[in-house]
Amino acid sequence: MALNRPIAPLVHGDHSVRGVMVRVLYALVPALLVYIGFFGFGILIHMVLAVVVAVAAEALMLWLRGRPVRPFVSDGSAPVTAVLLCFALPPLAPWWITVIGVLFAIVVAKHLYGGLGNNPFNPAMAGYVLLLVSFPLPMTTWPVAFTVSGEYPGPLMSAAIIFLGPDGVASWDAITGATPLDLMKTQLGLNQVVPEIAAHPVFGDFGGKGWEWLANAFFLGGLWLLYKKVITWHIPVAMLGSLFLMSLVFAAIDPGSHPSPLFHLFSGGAMIGAFFIATDPVSAATSPRGRLIYGAGIGILTFVIRTWGGYPDGVAFAVLLMNMMVPTIDYYTKPRVFGHGPGHDHGRG
Amino acid sequence: MSTRTGDFPGGLHLDGHKALSSGRAVEAMPVPPVLVFPLHQHIGEPAVPVVEVGERVLAGQLIAQAGDYVSAPVHASTSGRVTAIDKRPVPHPSGLHAECIVVEADGEDREASFEAPGDFDAMDLSALRNRIREAGIVGMGGAGFPTFIKLNPGPQGNIDTVVLNGAECEPYITCDDRLMQERAADVVGGAVVIRHAVGAGRCIIGVEDNKPQAAAALRAAARDGVTVQTVVTRYPAGGEKQLIKILTGREVPSDGLPLNAGVVVQNVATAAAIYQAVGEGRPLMSRVVTVTGPGVAEPRNLEVRLGTPMADVLRHCGADPAAVGAVVVGGSMMGFAIDDVASPVVKTTNCLLVDLAVDDADQPQMPCIRCGACVEVCPQLLLPQQLYWYAKSRDFDKVQDYSLFDCIECGCCNFVCPSHIPLASYFRFAKNEIWAQERERLRADRARERHEFNLARKEQEERERQERHRRKKARLKEPADAAEPADPKKAVVQEALKRAQARKEGLESGTEGTEKRQ
Repeated sequence: MALNRPIAPLVHGDHSVRGVMVRVLYALVPALLVYIGFFGFGILIHMVLAVVVAVAAEALMLWLRGRPVRPFVSDGSAPVTAVLLCFALPPLAPWWITVIGVLFAIVVAKHLYGGLGNNPFNPAMAGYVLLLVSFPLPMTTWPVAFTVSGEYPGPLMSAAIIFLGPDGVASWDAITGATPLDLMKTQLGLNQVVPEIAAHPVFGDFGGKGWEWLANAFFLGGLWLLYKKVITWHIPVAMLGSLFLMSLVFAAIDPGSHPSPLFHLFSGGAMIGAFFIATDPVSAATSPRGRLIYGAGIGILTFVIRTWGGYPDGVAFAVLLMNMMVPTIDYYTKPRVFGHGPGHDHGRG
Repeated sequence: MSTRTGDFPGGLHLDGHKALSSGRAVEAMPVPPVLVFPLHQHIGEPAVPVVEVGERVLAGQLIAQAGDYVSAPVHASTSGRVTAIDKRPVPHPSGLHAECIVVEADGEDREASFEAPGDFDAMDLSALRNRIREAGIVGMGGAGFPTFIKLNPGPQGNIDTVVLNGAECEPYITCDDRLMQERAADVVGGAVVIRHAVGAGRCIIGVEDNKPQAAAALRAAARDGVTVQTVVTRYPAGGEKQLIKILTGREVPSDGLPLNAGVVVQNVATAAAIYQAVGEGRPLMSRVVTVTGPGVAEPRNLEVRLGTPMADVLRHCGADPAAVGAVVVGGSMMGFAIDDVASPVVKTTNCLLVDLAVDDADQPQMPCIRCGACVEVCPQLLLPQQLYWYAKSRDFDKVQDYSLFDCIECGCCNFVCPSHIPLASYFRFAKNEIWAQERERLRADRARERHEFNLARKEQEERERQERHRRKKARLKEPADAAEPADPKKAVVQEALKRAQARKEGLESGTEGTEKRQ
């Protein structure tokens, strides 16, 4: 009599790729609410568009590659890429910015490299950097928090700007303005000192008005991901720690031309980068020690690019640069296997 | 980390499902009508039958003797008549049939007479090991390695610690739990014998802290310095290397044995069997088996005669052997499914897990997303995601660079993988492929050596032939007289010929006929 033959282990934990992706999306909800609260509905419109394009592009690429469409489309990885990209885009940018960015992320950065699990570069950051270098003007036209401008872009106004352009919107000039990181960079370039620049109304307590609350929301979501064991502490701690240390050292040496460490942590992409971008497992280092090195590299490069580079923020470039380092980091950070090497001296302890 | 006792890296908190079967005392299962004794129930060479078809046997009678040093004898577990010696289904992951002795029980269950050897303290150590060997005792935790070999401390004799494994970390299995509760004195007695046999100073019985009654029973029975230590309930705390780490803080070297860490580990059931063998002279005839799982109406622990077909055991527990879907030998993490419920209970059968639905059977396998969940749970501190990558691409050099052979196949990585990749299967596959390649390489080496030897022999023959040829040619070219004196034999022959010639000439004058005949 032949029985069927299950293969051990017969039990499996409650883990799935979909579960991981869905939790990442949940963790972004507070940040989304804060974002909408300070900068209007633009991001939500972009996000809906981005998710639709991402899922369609994912399905098309899977079909072209002859892969099973249903399990992969429903794994949630494409929406995560789309949503993360939207957090990096100016919320009132024209609609085609999102479409191009998402298509590049899904089609080129993800599927041309082999799809889920095989892409060496973080797809959202690859899409963002493509847009940043190709379309610098729309990519650097940011709104300021409505608490500063007094104008809140509601759903209709946001949709009009995104799909029809800002020409018909009278308050466009009031809505847009330099981001805190941008302002800091240009003013430092004009030989202003940090305390003078920080007196500008866009600055809040640590970073920019609105932006610092957004960073808090990312931090909160990140803590929840840690609690849920979707991510480990290594990359966020290493990245934020190294960014903090670098900026602390330089701010201590020359406080006039270097903003405070807290400004660095609560501005731009530092928080979302540390908890949501750099922790993308596919393109990150994989061993605990490797993750510390990888995270620290991103933190250091972010500081270097922000301080001496041509762009106000450097998180995306830092992530992509460290993505390239991952195979090397992984190779040199193999953990000591149980029963190997020093530390057990034939077990006599 | 290496010197800290009390814990091991990685591991999982699993739902043990032990309450299903742990509540009831062990009951003896009735002797079945027909028993099947595989000759190969252990690691090493199969045993060799010493009975013939038709012969009557008694319970405890030797029916097959050890086939080699690494082997173990087999005893009948009840009285009856040998009806066949042929290939039958056996509980083995391969599903292959193997040689078995089949005994039809006579229902009388008469025992052979056992001779208690007396005080083990007074016994010669090698006689003590031999007694254990003759009792057919092998590792009863599942591995089945002949116990007497592990009790040989070797020439260095550097074993200072005996560890009894009562962790029983696998889900569903409770046979050791019940055994420790009900036969604590036997377990402790076996521990004392083992410690004496290997000349160790201390003996620790490790019990997972989810079995407080077992630990209490052992503590009550503890004597002669045997200690009981509860260990963290985290799978695989009962892995040999993990338990040694927990109890002693030592790491078994990667390419070594527990012996190399000064430790010998035995399962608690093995210890109880040793106590019986040494104290009463009884060979291994039965064992406690957990019968559990959704397919069993009355999950429980049974004392089962070795050789009892699993179908009988299932029937005894209220499961219809013809209707069950899957029977797994062992627990839900490391057990293996059998093909045929006619397979008998053997020395290593600790648990029959019936009809456990595979949790993720309906989950599609997704690509590895390198999340590292497997790294966090690996008790051997491996990088399963890298091993998987290389095993999948059949890069068997790289997979060994990442220490494939340190994998204990506990399945923790498999359990946590969000992509539902059967990692443990990939690692078993890679190991088997490497072993196959190794065997192939050895075979090729031997063939090459034979071929090279053959070529060398032919060359040598050719050289010798040419040498002979050359000499012959040279001899023909040289003048005859120059060569001849050099050869004393030829000179003698020449001499004799001359003498014969002279004699012939003398005779010739007298007889014509002689000359004609020549």
